Amino acid sequence: MTPELHSPALLEMRGITKRYPGVVANDGISLQIRAGEIHALLGENGAGKTTLMNVLYGLAAPDEGEILMEGQTIKIASPHDAIERGISMVHQHFMLVPVLSVADNILLGDEPMKNLVFVDRSVASARIRELGASFGWEIDPDRPVGQLSVGWQQRVEILKAIYRNAKVLVLDEPTAVLTPQETKEIFGVLRRLKAEGYAIIFISHKLYEVLEIADTITVIRRGKVVGSRQPAATNEDDLAELMVGREVELTVDRGESHPAGSMLEVEGIFVNDDRGREVVHDVTFEVRAGEIFGIAGVAGNGQDELVGAVTGLRRAHRGTIRLGGDDVTRADPRRLHKMGVGFVPGDRQRFGLVLSFPLSDNLVLNDYYHPPYARGLVRDDDAILRGAEAAIARYDVRTPSATVPSQTLSGGNQQKLIVAREFEGDVRLLVLDQPTRGLDVGSIEFIHRQAIARRDTGVAILLVSAELDEVLELSDRIGVMYRGRIVEILDGRSASREEVGLLMATGGRSSGIQQQIVETGS
Amino acid sequence: MDALFDIPIIGLVVQFAVYLFDQFPIVAPIIAAAAVPIVLGALCGFMNERSGVVNIGIEGMMLLAAFTAWWTASLSAQLIPTGPGPLGITPALLIGLACGIGAACLASLLHAWLSISVRADQIISGTIINIFAFGITGYLNLLISQQAPPAAGQFSKFLLPGSITQLPVVGFLVKSFVSVGPIAMTMLIGVIVLQVLLFRSRWGLRTRAVGEHPRAAETVGIDVVRLRYRNVILGGVFAGLAGAYLTIEFGNAFQSGMTNGRGFIALAALIFGRWTPIGAFGAAFLFAASVGLERSIRIAPPTGSLGELLTAVPGQFYGALPYLITIVVLAGVVGRSIPPKAVGLPYEREKTGG
Repeated sequence: MTPELHSPALLEMRGITKRYPGVVANDGISLQIRAGEIHALLGENGAGKTTLMNVLYGLAAPDEGEILMEGQTIKIASPHDAIERGISMVHQHFMLVPVLSVADNILLGDEPMKNLVFVDRSVASARIRELGASFGWEIDPDRPVGQLSVGWQQRVEILKAIYRNAKVLVLDEPTAVLTPQETKEIFGVLRRLKAEGYAIIFISHKLYEVLEIADTITVIRRGKVVGSRQPAATNEDDLAELMVGREVELTVDRGESHPAGSMLEVEGIFVNDDRGREVVHDVTFEVRAGEIFGIAGVAGNGQDELVGAVTGLRRAHRGTIRLGGDDVTRADPRRLHKMGVGFVPGDRQRFGLVLSFPLSDNLVLNDYYHPPYARGLVRDDDAILRGAEAAIARYDVRTPSATVPSQTLSGGNQQKLIVAREFEGDVRLLVLDQPTRGLDVGSIEFIHRQAIARRDTGVAILLVSAELDEVLELSDRIGVMYRGRIVEILDGRSASREEVGLLMATGGRSSGIQQQIVETGS
Repeated sequence: MDALFDIPIIGLVVQFAVYLFDQFPIVAPIIAAAAVPIVLGALCGFMNERSGVVNIGIEGMMLLAAFTAWWTASLSAQLIPTGPGPLGITPALLIGLACGIGAACLASLLHAWLSISVRADQIISGTIINIFAFGITGYLNLLISQQAPPAAGQFSKFLLPGSITQLPVVGFLVKSFVSVGPIAMTMLIGVIVLQVLLFRSRWGLRTRAVGEHPRAAETVGIDVVRLRYRNVILGGVFAGLAGAYLTIEFGNAFQSGMTNGRGFIALAALIFGRWTPIGAFGAAFLFAASVGLERSIRIAPPTGSLGELLTAVPGQFYGALPYLITIVVLAGVVGRSIPPKAVGLPYEREKTGG
């Protein structure tokens, strides 16, 4: 507990209500944040944390409620107002312009001027270097942000926030893209900023992080504050129950696995990205029937392109991919589907579903053209609907009917719908790309159970996730991907977070993180 | 050095131009004259697209400006008949120029409103402007052609003594770029000023940010909607200059549909020039060079076997050259040109958050 706890609040939000068509995102939320305090907002995806912070930052107008700063009611109609009041925010998604330099990104909106027209970059660059150095970061202000690794982009975001002399610093899921080591480093920075008197709002859905860093934890569920805790007086189970509203098993028991022969063999493949740069170099691994092979790695290390090559969406320009012994290096997605490959894509809304189509049509996207769903050139609507209703029941998709557009479903139910389509039939290989990104705890649990059930029926599963905990929980073996290569393959049951995290960050086991990450750019 | 001069095609264009000028001395002024409306149109597109708004209505904006400038200048010339001052400037021509720019800015305002506030499809908005401009100017031209006012004349070129324009090497440059009328001079100044502002000024930095990642710009307190409105309307000034150039500087008459695709070629020049003013300037000269080639071969074919070869090719081929080059460029043959990321996407301030 901190001594500041009884000092008056620097910032107070009172009775904030924000409604969107069909949802109450925030329902009378009140919060008090003191200077020199790290206040954690804990809640599931979709609980309303980000909406609340968007209200604070002027990105969303509240329907009810007021915001007070040092006891005075203030009006925040735009981010401009928020910045003027000393509120800075590190957003969940990077708010950096990739083509602009680090310096330009940091000074954007508050540019030091040489005269009426021209920007004075030299003063700003010097200040950025200095500020970075004070955290032990060697920052090159002239480097385009798009060339930096995600870890460094996050550091630039933090510099951008404190460059503006803020008093209140909001960080929305700042660790989501970071390795455990980088997270530790950021926590060090937050502790220092706290000591300097910043009021910090830290948003997360990771329980152990919140317990480690926060002075006060406020839990939000379905748009309401459901409780407040001191870290010393609570634990993960208590917080999880508060957050989800029922007792939850935080980790699914993965049980024993009994891998058989090799199902997917990837041998020395090289893959290019959309811009024609080679981003997967000489990757070799195999996935056996009846095992889950996890690929861990910081986002952007070639995982997307690797998944593309395995699922037929991209061509490997060298190397071979074999499925059950057959060469499928040049197979297209339909042939792969016929051969028993199921694919849960990383971006479910763009690649997994046709959002405006009803659930029933989405369930037959792979099989609409042949019996039982089609007779000759004509689709069989009855068969499609019957199949859909059965799948919806079996996979517990919560929906009023099989004929509503899939965009009306929540993220968790959309993902269950994709799982229902891809896990069914004579599947031999399942490729799961970020299968639980942005989902609620209940859906995550369900999808993990389904994956384990399919593994136990002898399906080979390739799991790619930026969520290190997920990879550690499910995988029998883990391949760590770093700068387009699989740098090491570890046993999934004995690997530790720190070990995998270090490999993700540096590609090796040395502790020279700092320097290695600098190189990650380009 | 930063992106300011990072435009590889310029070298190519310059080489081509020098070769042409060497072969056909009369071609230089023709090329320069043909390039002016294309460059100005591209500057209009630049203002729009750098801040994230697609504008395919440049053609229509130019046409509106061409008609308005010519007509208002003619009407005013009847009311205030005065002799031409330096550069052929008369009050009537200035009024025409102002009205032409005003017309293009009004069309830009419509485009801004449709694509920024209404969040309509920006391609459709541009198409509406093109169709409207073609129809209304054609119709009005037909109406007034019965009692057409006498032409108000045109701006004239800044004349230099022959001793300068006949200098070796620099002569043709001086002739093409300095010995020009006021609108062409404005174009040159516009290219240089915008290029510097884009990479050095606050306006340029904010414009690039808004065109690439409007949400990020908004989160640092930039008013995305206001900046886009301002840029789109200012872009209208350049479309207005381009149109006015056709009817009160390059020529002194209006014909229905006289922009003849220049607005679209301007867009191609913008893409070819990688969304920078100087790049667009170089690209526009490449397009204009093909026009110049056609004219000069018709007027004064070079002697020797080269001349025989060139005159053997049907003239229509040269006429089609600018359009052929446009197709080749847009097909991405000459390297991939990466547009501003947010171009064409309407910006919505409030989205449902998690």
